[in-house]
Amino acid sequence: MTSLPANTRIVDNTSEQPGDRAPLVLNMERFGQVTTTVCRVNEMKGAPLAWYVAFAASLGLLGLLGFCVLYLIFTGVGVWGLNNPVMWAFDITNFVFWVGIGHAGTLISAILFLFRQKWRTGINRFAEAMTIFAVICAGLFPGIHVGRVWFAYWLFPIPNQMEMWPQFRSPLLWDVFAVSTYFTVSLLFWYTGLVPDLATLRDRAKGRIQQIGYGLFALGWRGSNRHWHRYERAYLILAALSTPLVLSVHSVVSFDFATSQLPGWHTTIFPPYFVAGAIFSGFAMVVTLAVPAREMFGLKDIITLRHLDNMNKIILVTGTMVGYAYSMEFFIAWYSGAMYEKFAFLNRAFGQYWWAYLLMVSCNVITPQLFWFKAIRTSIPLMFVLSLVVNIGMWFERYVIIVSSLANDFLPSSWDKYVPTWVDVGTMLGAFGLFFTLFLLFCRFLPMIAMAEVKAIMPAADPHAGAHADHGHGGKDGH
Amino acid sequence: MPTTVTAERTVTEMSSTIAHPNTAGHTHGESAGAKSRPYGLIAEFDTPGALMHAAERVKSEGFRYWDACTPFPVHGLDKAMGIKRTILPVIVFFAGAGGTTAAFVLQAFTNSTNWSTHAPDWLPMLDVTGYPFLISGKPLLSLPAFIPVMFELTILFAALTTVFGMFLMNGLPQLYHPLFASRRFARVTNDRFFIVVEARDPKFLRGKTEAFLKSLNPIAVEAIDE
Repeated sequence: MTSLPANTRIVDNTSEQPGDRAPLVLNMERFGQVTTTVCRVNEMKGAPLAWYVAFAASLGLLGLLGFCVLYLIFTGVGVWGLNNPVMWAFDITNFVFWVGIGHAGTLISAILFLFRQKWRTGINRFAEAMTIFAVICAGLFPGIHVGRVWFAYWLFPIPNQMEMWPQFRSPLLWDVFAVSTYFTVSLLFWYTGLVPDLATLRDRAKGRIQQIGYGLFALGWRGSNRHWHRYERAYLILAALSTPLVLSVHSVVSFDFATSQLPGWHTTIFPPYFVAGAIFSGFAMVVTLAVPAREMFGLKDIITLRHLDNMNKIILVTGTMVGYAYSMEFFIAWYSGAMYEKFAFLNRAFGQYWWAYLLMVSCNVITPQLFWFKAIRTSIPLMFVLSLVVNIGMWFERYVIIVSSLANDFLPSSWDKYVPTWVDVGTMLGAFGLFFTLFLLFCRFLPMIAMAEVKAIMPAADPHAGAHADHGHGGKDGH
Repeated sequence: MPTTVTAERTVTEMSSTIAHPNTAGHTHGESAGAKSRPYGLIAEFDTPGALMHAAERVKSEGFRYWDACTPFPVHGLDKAMGIKRTILPVIVFFAGAGGTTAAFVLQAFTNSTNWSTHAPDWLPMLDVTGYPFLISGKPLLSLPAFIPVMFELTILFAALTTVFGMFLMNGLPQLYHPLFASRRFARVTNDRFFIVVEARDPKFLRGKTEAFLKSLNPIAVEAIDE
């Protein structure tokens, strides 16, 4: 059976010989090993110390978020550093940043699925979880920046005694629909994938609470192939629906800017440029989360170096696309001959926010180019640092686009400078607290790896493998 | 093949409601008396290949109420079992089209007309009036401006239908099932593969079916009560 000599652990599976697929699950041959490795995280008595430390820190930041939001609601938006030309700043920067983070999860779960990228199975579950938590963080900001938060329900077309309706010809309302649809569909996709794995946890659970909890959410899944048949169809349809959806969401977010008249915002390149940036930042966040998670929970054989290497390649590609968009914006500003457009871009690079622009270009365009080198793509500490750099760079990209364009518009007499207050900074940091609190709870109580999907890509899952290859179907391997 | 050896061994572990395997020709029915009605028989396999092989045999034997249960979708098993393609995609298509229409009607009604609906008193929420207002000289009925929301609701309706439709067509949620009573069957969500033949199948004869399942080289065969 086994071709592995004892005590030999494969660690590096990044090279692939032509005609011979590199293994995606390392040091495991039996399905039960996957189950045990993944469920161990949920079944152990106490979490690793690092989990408690991270959870305490996240809860602290979550508390800060709660405080800042309540302070804002009880005092008014004046507690933020907004002023007359700069009416959007940290709030919308955070909104766009978090929506963008979500995109990698959907790309992994939907687009890579359609492209039959089997390596996605190792990372899709927690990337999808990341999507959902990121969209929750994103959804917070438009809600609290409307000023009178108790009117936030006006965003939705709810029949009311005032006989008023939202304005459907405004991209801000498109955003409401795009983001809420995105959240709902991501949640459905994630939950659909979770059901068979929740059934695994249900069937292994020892305690009554776990049995009932996992049992309820597993819906009575029993692995029937008549169910799997519809399940697989449904999964394929969801992937096909999510693919245009994810591309539309950040396009619609970019319409918030692109349909305005403001120089620096009014550009047709925005939709594809925003989508590329979203995937870029999202993958950086997946790497940021995957590196400590696989370390903390012993998942290195499932989230292998090859997975990380692949993600770093995507970061390199999308980072280069973002760099192309930056330079194309400058070219068009010059080529258009529009005075305000030219000024907006010169001002962006050399005006009062030059430092933010410099930070953005160096983090998003220059540093990711290091991923051309395999040694860097496969170095755990370096990729972790680079992923953080990309996260910072992409936050500043949104800051630069929003604030530098607003602060210096057409008329010099209306120019101003935006300076964030402690509430702005606290809310931004607090959103990370919300995100990591949710993520850490997810890691502890739900299967971080899509076990059923990982098992399905193992060599042993091929019904024509091994001893049964001789029963007449050996040559019809169709996948 | 280790499987045949274990099959011998597990005969003794089998549930008491089963007649002795060698008493072939045992007829359908009420052997256990006071015990509850039989749900059917399960046969356990340890590889997808063995299961696939068994599924082909069960199908050609002419059973109707039977199933294969697996920890993950096994490639090609649908064909081996002769499962008909689901009509789920068709339902999803119409749901999506419904979403497109609903979004257009919603936007056109609320933003382009001042029509009123008058619902009966017990339906106050439906008593609504359109709210047309001119902004930046944009036309009131503007299809291009309505497209993003039409797109989003198409996806939303289709996705909701996909997930709820799939689970409902599968008869889920169903929190209790006779198979859950078997400790052996719990491994279906881990690493084992099962063939389930239900007692309501017209071809089901306990002794004969059990002997047939044993001939498929399973790890074990077990009887399940309703």
